Amino acid sequence: MWPPRYTHHESPSVRPSVAAAIDLRRHVGRGFLRATSHVGRFTALVVELFRGLAEWRIWFPRTIEQATNIGYGSLLIVLLIAGFAGAVTALQSGYQLEGGFVPVYYAGGVVASGVILELGPVLTALILAGRIGARYAAELGTMRVTEQIDALESLGRSPVTHLLLPRIISGIIVIPALVMIANAMGIASGYFASATTLDLTWSDFTYGARFFFKGPFDLWYSLIKAYFFSLAVTVIPCYIGYNTKQGAEGVGRATTTAVVAASITILLLDTTLAKVLLGQ
Amino acid sequence: MIELRHVSKRFVDNVVLDGVDFDVRQGETVALLGPSGVGKSVLLKHIIGLIKPDTGEVIVDGLNVALLKRKELSKLRQRIGYVFQNGALFDSMDVADNIRLGITDDELYADWKYCQERVRECLRLVNLQPDVMRKFPAELSGGMRKRVGIARAIAGKPTYLLYDEPTSGLDPVNSDVIDNLVEKLQLEIGVTSVMVTHDVRGAFRTADRIALLWQAKIRAMGTAEEILASQDPAVQQFLERDFEMQISQQQGLPTKSRASSHGTQL
Repeated sequence: MWPPRYTHHESPSVRPSVAAAIDLRRHVGRGFLRATSHVGRFTALVVELFRGLAEWRIWFPRTIEQATNIGYGSLLIVLLIAGFAGAVTALQSGYQLEGGFVPVYYAGGVVASGVILELGPVLTALILAGRIGARYAAELGTMRVTEQIDALESLGRSPVTHLLLPRIISGIIVIPALVMIANAMGIASGYFASATTLDLTWSDFTYGARFFFKGPFDLWYSLIKAYFFSLAVTVIPCYIGYNTKQGAEGVGRATTTAVVAASITILLLDTTLAKVLLGQ
Repeated sequence: MIELRHVSKRFVDNVVLDGVDFDVRQGETVALLGPSGVGKSVLLKHIIGLIKPDTGEVIVDGLNVALLKRKELSKLRQRIGYVFQNGALFDSMDVADNIRLGITDDELYADWKYCQERVRECLRLVNLQPDVMRKFPAELSGGMRKRVGIARAIAGKPTYLLYDEPTSGLDPVNSDVIDNLVEKLQLEIGVTSVMVTHDVRGAFRTADRIALLWQAKIRAMGTAEEILASQDPAVQQFLERDFEMQISQQQGLPTKSRASSHGTQL
């Protein structure tokens, strides 16, 4: 081919230091463009989601189906994780209170507050990011690379109302419910662990729990966190899965990216909400 | 009528379509031929608005597809049936539900009795027995999946049918079945069709006109006779190579190139 096309690496007139600088600028530029493109596409998707809400006849029946699937499917693992988290909190509280300077009923307070304010919502959300988030990203990613999403569009149907809204809304309904169940399970298992290892009675445990309980706000705080986390667990994996490219490898990449991104967002939201809502 | 006027499309540095002009008249079948990766499917996706052109216009029924709003595009798509290369069937739904989803009129879609009848009718049109209705795509053979894909595309009684490689990956017998089906659908429902294909023999058999996409441009377009009579070296090269390949696949005969390569080795 004439004239010959040189890259700057091959060109005899470009020094290596200049080439490195050009490379750096190119990487930064491409990174910036990619980030901007994600922001644009994510915003467009959110707008589409709000628009799609009007077509409730399409997404509502599918939402019930999805909610049943993810709700029943996640119940066992959520109970298991919350149960162990409550029990471990109780055991470790017992270990901390061994010296006798602090009354042993404090264990009840540590378990109840720890589970309701932090462990219940965060652990449940992280587990569900792995379970529901990975599932959503893999399902939508596979549908994208096998042209099922294109097929839906070609039939004049919106993938947002048929696929995304049912998944996101079912998550918003089911995840806070699962968090509340996890809270109850964590406290119950914490009590049984305290009763067996610290010889704590039910009345001591509840006395300790009430001692630290700051009224219904603690429960609201847990619920508000659960709603925010449910958005992270559903919207992010749906966005990543919906924009999957490049076959089976792309689906694998989308799935892991979705779980990592959702988990990091949950932790960021956890810190932000603690600062904003608890004022600490 | 479908019209592409000076359509260009590039993906990063790869120019896929470069000022393409292409038209399909009402009621005719046009086959779009070309080597793998040349952009035939990209051209087809422009027609239904799945891809937007960088420059140029895609006009369907007088509407500029790239400029349509969401609802207008959705309405236009209801008049176009798209048969995907690998079927693109919804794997979580059975055959009946897949085909039912092709019924694009919301009122008819909600009418369960009509849907059942329409699904049976579409299965009959693509030569499939009603007993496949409750099967899932994973339980079907490649040829059956393609036919269910066609059944889904015609369920909404479209004006246009776009076929993306309807015979790729099929043996010659099944390829013939699909070609017959394309002919039969044109006769029975009178749709306007665009068929992207590698299968030169099938294209010559089923299409009223043939176009060759070559190096991002429409290199030739005309009736089978006009294409065969073309003196364009690219057209001749493509037709010769493809005919040779298909004859060797179907009859197991040594092609000229194969015989000469054997000769060289000996």
